[in-house]
Formats: sequence, structure tokens, C-alpha cells
Amino acid sequence: MLADIAIAAAVFIVLFAVVALIDSADVPLPPSNDAKISDNPASLPYYAVRSMLRMMIALGLAYAFALIFGFWAARNRKAEQLMVPALDILQSVPVLGFLSITVTGFLALFPGSELGLEAASIFAIFTAMAWNITFSMYASSRSMSSEFDEMSRLFRLTGWLRFWRLDVPNATIGLVWNGMMSMAGAWFFLTASEDISVDGNNYAIPGVGAFAGEAIDDGNWTNISWAILTMIIMIVLTNVLLWRPLVAWSEKFRNEQSSTGTPQKSFVLTLIRRARWPARLGAVRRRIADWLVRHTGFLGSDARPVDRVVTKRGRVWDVIFWIVVTVFLVAGVANLYVYVSDGQGPTAFVEPIWLAFLTMLRVVVVIVLSTLIWVPVAIKIGMSPRAAKIAQPIVQICASFPVNFLYPIVVTVFVAWDISMNWGAILLMMLGAQWYILFNTIAGAQAIPTDLREAMQDMRIGGWMWWRKFALPAVFGTYVTGGVTAAGGAWNASIVAEKVSFGTTILVAAGIGSYIAEATIEGNNRQVLLGVVVMSIFVVAFNRIFWRRMYALAERKYSL
Amino acid sequence: MRDAPLISVNNITKEFPTPEGPHLVLDGVSIEVRDGEVLALLGKSGSGKSTLLRAIAGLSLPTSGDVTASGNRVVGPNPSTAMVFQTFALLPWLTVQENIEIGLEAQGVARDEREKRARSAIDVIGLDGFEDAYPRELSGGMRQRVGFARALVTEPDVLLMDEPFSALDVLTAENLRSELIELISSDQFVIKSVVIVTHNIEEAVTLADRIAVLGSNPGRIKASFDVNIARPRLRTSPQFQFYIDRVYKILTQSPTEEDAALAARSESEHQNGLGHALPMATTDGIAGFADIMLAEGDRSIAHLADDLNLEVDDIFPLIEALALLAFADVADGRVALTDAGGEFAAATLQSAKELFRSAALANVALISMILTSLERSPKRSMRGGYFLDLLRHHYGTKESEGQLDTAIDWGRYAELFEYDDNRDELTLPKPDLA
Repeated sequence: MLADIAIAAAVFIVLFAVVALIDSADVPLPPSNDAKISDNPASLPYYAVRSMLRMMIALGLAYAFALIFGFWAARNRKAEQLMVPALDILQSVPVLGFLSITVTGFLALFPGSELGLEAASIFAIFTAMAWNITFSMYASSRSMSSEFDEMSRLFRLTGWLRFWRLDVPNATIGLVWNGMMSMAGAWFFLTASEDISVDGNNYAIPGVGAFAGEAIDDGNWTNISWAILTMIIMIVLTNVLLWRPLVAWSEKFRNEQSSTGTPQKSFVLTLIRRARWPARLGAVRRRIADWLVRHTGFLGSDARPVDRVVTKRGRVWDVIFWIVVTVFLVAGVANLYVYVSDGQGPTAFVEPIWLAFLTMLRVVVVIVLSTLIWVPVAIKIGMSPRAAKIAQPIVQICASFPVNFLYPIVVTVFVAWDISMNWGAILLMMLGAQWYILFNTIAGAQAIPTDLREAMQDMRIGGWMWWRKFALPAVFGTYVTGGVTAAGGAWNASIVAEKVSFGTTILVAAGIGSYIAEATIEGNNRQVLLGVVVMSIFVVAFNRIFWRRMYALAERKYSL
Repeated sequence: MRDAPLISVNNITKEFPTPEGPHLVLDGVSIEVRDGEVLALLGKSGSGKSTLLRAIAGLSLPTSGDVTASGNRVVGPNPSTAMVFQTFALLPWLTVQENIEIGLEAQGVARDEREKRARSAIDVIGLDGFEDAYPRELSGGMRQRVGFARALVTEPDVLLMDEPFSALDVLTAENLRSELIELISSDQFVIKSVVIVTHNIEEAVTLADRIAVLGSNPGRIKASFDVNIARPRLRTSPQFQFYIDRVYKILTQSPTEEDAALAARSESEHQNGLGHALPMATTDGIAGFADIMLAEGDRSIAHLADDLNLEVDDIFPLIEALALLAFADVADGRVALTDAGGEFAAATLQSAKELFRSAALANVALISMILTSLERSPKRSMRGGYFLDLLRHHYGTKESEGQLDTAIDWGRYAELFEYDDNRDELTLPKPDLA
């Protein structure tokens, strides 16, 4: 617990350092450039390619980060102690809230060009994807069967061989799944980061998100529809051309003694496998791989004893290490406090904490409503193989779709019916978050063993009892996974959902999301940082106090 | 035999750290691996035989003492050894050939040479035709053959085998054993010595030139002797039976006969209320075994195990449980029910439970201690974690959990107390139901 608080403090100090650096550099912001974005739907294919390119670069970076740092955390005790809680906190930091600060930073790094905006956008997508992929890499390496580890050490594999022959293949299935899930969530960040306002200036980079942003600002319904259509095509294409083949291919890394379950199929993968060029590439690849194996001995060998003895000297270094860390943390937190409280003392925190509490109530309502609506539906869908086959890809698209595109429609309704945004924001947050609950619960219902279902039929168990004693407990485990993701999504969405504009209409709800959004537009970095820190703390606390217990309960009592 | 040993293990101890202090797994073990022998390390679970094998392999360093290979101290994975694993440890994403080559690849052997050597190993082991198969396409026996080939191809001095046949079905295991014997005695076999860990007594007597029997808690060598039977060895021969009986006799020596220090230790455990370690036997197993014993009378454990097709790890917990409950007498490799045991075996379900209850209360210190604590507690309920903490002072973490689980299983069966897993709460049975 103490360690977790220390790590959280460290993460906040790093954010603070970034803000302080940008404040002190005091670079003048370039003028708005959003006029460059075309309002002609004919440019959408080009914009789609640009958006996709950004997404792929960020995904590549996220994978590179995950492989290196996940592996490192699994192999090095000190790295593990720092990184695992850090990843947990980073997952809870609302990336979107920090966008204005990174944009300013990157603009300063690349003066006079759009590269800064590109970099900021890619960075935002990267931070939305990297942490859970990294965690999956770490978890796979840590849970590798001990016989594999012993085999590797006894046959004295080099570090390079070990990484590519054991750790990476062992983690592949998890890496692909997490990549797919991360990308589903990242479309939202992609589009949001393509069109952004900082300190009164509007910045946009060519992309579907920017196109949609302009259309929303202009109240142009036709263009909004075109953007929505383009987005759906992009999501479907990435699923068909990228993820389905990858998922089917990754099946060969399944570490099971017997092959079970339905094989994943992908016609694209079959096409690639039938083609001839991969075989030719294979020969070249083998030669390069051989050369690399022979020339990477300097990276070390896996021939190490398992249980290294902790020496006295090691302990002394441990103590010194922790003293340095403590001094750094205390000084950092003190500075952070002085900066964000801005001479007002503790009262500076009253407003954001109250607002975060309001947003938390919204998140709770989102979860409760999504659960009540979707869990029964999901159970029914999951138990019918036919329905599940049709519903699953649709739900996946819904979960991927950047719902900020839909806000104008909803906002128009709110205005027409005079609905208060304080309630309306709940619906906006729910639009994106609910799908995770539906998606995961369907998967859970599909996994219920047939003999259990038949036993229930056999004993004529029906009605409420069927739900209470059988169906609901059986999906509880996967429901919790969906709930955590949905809650995380809802918190993040609050930043765009609590302050929405359409044409000249601007609707604001009281909450930490609108607090951050307004600070961003004003270019008030202090307030952005304060909002982000408070929201992160709420998210982490919510996870620790509520979801972690649910997980424990699911594992202990409701695992099938 | 006059040559220097290939590997010597010199008075090693091995402790694993637990939150309550170190847990001793190996205690003062010395053994040599001689040139040209097949050495079997035989013991029940908890005897540290796998830990000893890993110390020889250099995968795990001893807490004190050392292991030397050709006079050099082993401080990391021992290059003069290669291991065959219990569950094969084949990489599922590599083909048979790639799996076999991986050790050579690590040594930087060129591709052509690698392929040549792997093919010759495939040929020797009889894997031809399976080169490009993935492990998941193979049966268990074929997988373990790949495991053999992978170890052989690196041409180690000593081949280490960690219960290599225990994950296979009986027929497959038998077939692979005879292939192994054939291989060892053939000219193509370049490996000097073999060390095999097993809990299967017949397997040890079939394969080994020498058997070292390990005792449990902590692991130490109880006896080591040569097996002087000409090959091929026939299971039915009197010599074969002689060695089987000999192993059983060594295994059933009671702790007091063995070692005074150990007896003193278990005495001190009695005083703090924990008594002897509970054998990991289920109540169903105990009752079923007692039924069989009732029909069999006084029997040699070796014969009994053979008839019932039970291995050491299966039969000894049952025998120890019966002995602990004073339902059976064990001496000199033989076991017989006592009068109380006979009564227990013949009783109906309800009266068997009653007999079990009084036997458990009289003889199982952990159960009577739990019951006394429950009766004294004002709420008449206690958390399982409390007893787990007590147990952890004497056992490793996993073993403590096993002890408590067994005690709860026995106590529930005897209707002495109840347990709520969700709340981790032990309670006395409700009076209206008892």
C-alpha cells in the first residue's frame, strides 16, 4: 500500500515535471491552423489513411515499449517493484486531460511544423494503448512454466534466443488480444487528439477526427454522417485485415497439451498462407535470424542460477536506493503541492474533489444502468451460438466506435427536450462504456459448460431462480472484467462528455471532466494538472476499493 | 568405479525462504554420480529428490555445501548435464526439429551441423517422419521422445531425468522405459551416466545400477545400494522382488528408528500441539484402503502396491494415515489392520464416522488442537488463517495449507467442526444438527 502511494506520487511528479518544463520554456503557441482541414467528403479517404498511419505508428511503438519493458519487469526484481504499480497508476491517468500539455510540449520540440501536432497525437494514442499491452507481456513472462525457464537455463540459451524463442512466443496470444482491445479503445483518442483547442487556439491535423471535429463545429450534418461512415469502414477493415488474421495466426502459440476449442478462422490468413512469397521471405528471414543469434551474445546468457543469494552489499544498496527515492518523492510532492494549490492552501482541492465526486456518481450510474440493461441481454445472446456469432462482431464495432462523433445528435435532442446536461452527460458517457459490459458478459455466457446448462434444464430450474443461482453467478467473473473496463472508459469519456459543443451550442455539466476540459481551453496548466491528479486518485481508489474486491470474489467463489 | 566421480554432491543443505523463516528441504546430502552408472534417486513426495536433481543440474544453488562436476564447483547451469523434464517442456511454437536444435543453437552451432546432429538424434530415438510436426500433434510418448532427443543431441556427460515417465499412461511409460534401457546399452549411446528421479520403485529397480532412497521432511539420504541383477531384468525373478522389498523396508522405517534428532524434533512439535505431519490422504481414500486391508489381512506393502497398481506417492499417505489413526500397524515393509482398524473397515457409514472421530481426537494432535481452540473461543468460531500461521512455524507455506486442508477434510468428515470457505471460518457444529 505504501509502495503504491509512493509510485503514484512518482507518476504525478513526472507529470508535474513535464508541466513545469513547458511553463518555464514559455514557448509562444503558433496560431490556429484548423482552417486547413477540408470540408469536402472527397478528402475523407486521404484523411482515413492519415489517421490509420498515426494509429499504426502508435501501435508499433506500444508493442516495442511493451516487449522491452514487460520483459525487463519480469526479469529484474527492482524494475518489477517500480513498474507494476506504475503501470496500474498510468492506466488510471486520464490521457485526454493531459493532451493540451503534451501538445504544447511537442509543438515546442518541433517549431514551425505540424510534426509537433502529429507527435502529440501519436503520443496520446500510445499512452492509451501501451500500459495494458506491457502488463500482458509482463504477466506472460512471469507466469511462464518453470520447466521452460529451467530448460532455457540448462541449455544455456543466450538472452536474445530466450527473448525471441521463449518470452515473446509465450506472450503472443495475450499481446494480440490486448493489442486488439487497446486499439478498440484508442480510436476515441485518435479522433479526439486530431482536433484540439489550447489557450484559445485551434489545432488540427489531417484525419477523420479533425474532419468530424470541423463538421461538428459547423453543425454540418452531411459531413458528420460521412465521417461516421468512414469510421465504421476503418474499424471493420482493421478487424478483417489485421486482427482476425493475427488472432488466427497466434493460435499456434497456444500452450496446451491437447488442441481444444473452436479454431479461429481468417480467410485473409489463409490467402497469405497460400501465397508463395512468404516462403521465399522465410529463407531470407532464417538467414538473418541465424546471423542475429550468433552476433548477440553480448546481450548475455540465460545460464544463471535461479535463486540468487541476496548479499549484504546488495542490502546496503537497497537501503541507499530507497532513501534516495524517498527524498526525491517528498521533495517532489512538496513542490507539486505548492504549484497546484497556488497559494490557496488545502482549499484549492475542495472544488476539484467535489467535482470528481459528482463525476464518480455519474460513473456509478453508468455502470449500474449498463449492467441492468445489458447483462440479461448478454446472457441470452451468449447462450445461443447463432446469436453470439452475429452479435459479437457488431458489439466489437460499437465498442471501437469513437462516440464523440455521435454527441451532436444526442446534444440536439437534449436541447430540443430541454434536458439538463448534468443528467445528459451520463448518457454520453454510457454511449461508449456500456459495450464493454455487453461484450465481456457475452463471452462469459458462451464459456458456460454445456453440462451445467443441461443440468439446470434437467432439474427444471427456471425463472428468477435460474438467473440467481445459475446464470448470474456463472458470468460474474467476465462481467467484472467488463465492468472495470467500462468504468475506466466512462472516467476518460467524462472529459469530452461533460462539456460538449455543437455549432454554437455549448452544454456543460458540473464535474471533473468539464473542469479539465475548460482548463485545457483556457490553457491553464495548473488547473489541468490538478484536475488530472484528482481524477487519477479517484480512479485508482475506485479500482482498489471496489473492483479489486469484486475480482477477488469472482476468483474465489465464481470461477468455473 | 575407480575413476573420479563425474559429479559429487558434498554435504549440501537447501533451504527455501518463507515468511516465517527458512524451510529446510535437503539436510546434509552427499552423493556421487559415478562414470558409467544409472543412478536412481527414489523417494516419496517431499523428500527433495527433484531439488537434489536441480542442484546437480546447477539450476538451484545449495544453501550450504557444494556440488562439483569434474572437480569444478557448480555455480550456474551445469554444462556437463542435460535434463529430460517431467512434463516435457517442449516449446509449442517450434517444430520437433527446432525443439531438438535449440540447445545447439544456443551454443552457436552452424545451421548445417545443427540439422545433421538433430537428424541423427531423431533417427536414434525413432522420431523419423515427425521432424516438422508441432508438439501438440504428438502423443505423450512421442513428446517425451522429443525431450530425450533434445537432451541427447547436446551430448552431455550426465543425462538427468526428472520423473520422465510419470506424466505418461502405464503402457506408454513401459514402452519408453524399455526403449531407454535398449538405448543405454547400445553403442550409439555416448552419454556416460544417467541420473533418474522417480517415485516408482519398480522403475528404479528396472533401470538403475544403484538406488539412493531419500527420506522426507527434510530430505536426506536414508540408504544407497547397488542393484546387482543381470540385464534384462525380469520382474518375476526372486532377485527383483528382493530389491523391491528392500526399498519398501527402508521406506517404512519409522522415524524413531531412523534418527534420534528427528524424534526429538517431533517430540517438541507434540508439545506445541501440532504433532506429526498429517499425511495428505482423503477420508474416502482412507476408508477405501481400510476396506481392502480388511479383505487382505497382513500384507507386504510391496505386494499390496503391486496388486492395487498404486505408486509410492499414492500408497504411503494412506498407510501413514491408517497408522496415525492407530487403525493399522506398520513394520518391516508389512502392514496389518489393528482391531480398531478392522472395526472401522467393517462399520456402516455413520458408525465408521464415529470411530473415525474418536480415533482422530485421540491420535491427531492438529485436529484436537483445533477443536480445543474452538471450544475455548468465546464466539465458538475461529479463522483458518490463525491455524495457518501456527502451522507456518513448522512447515513451508504450501505444506501448511496442505496440512490445514487435510485437517479440515478429516474434521468435517468426523463432524467435529465446520468450515466456511468464503469467510475462512472454522465453527463448531450447530447443536441442533449434531
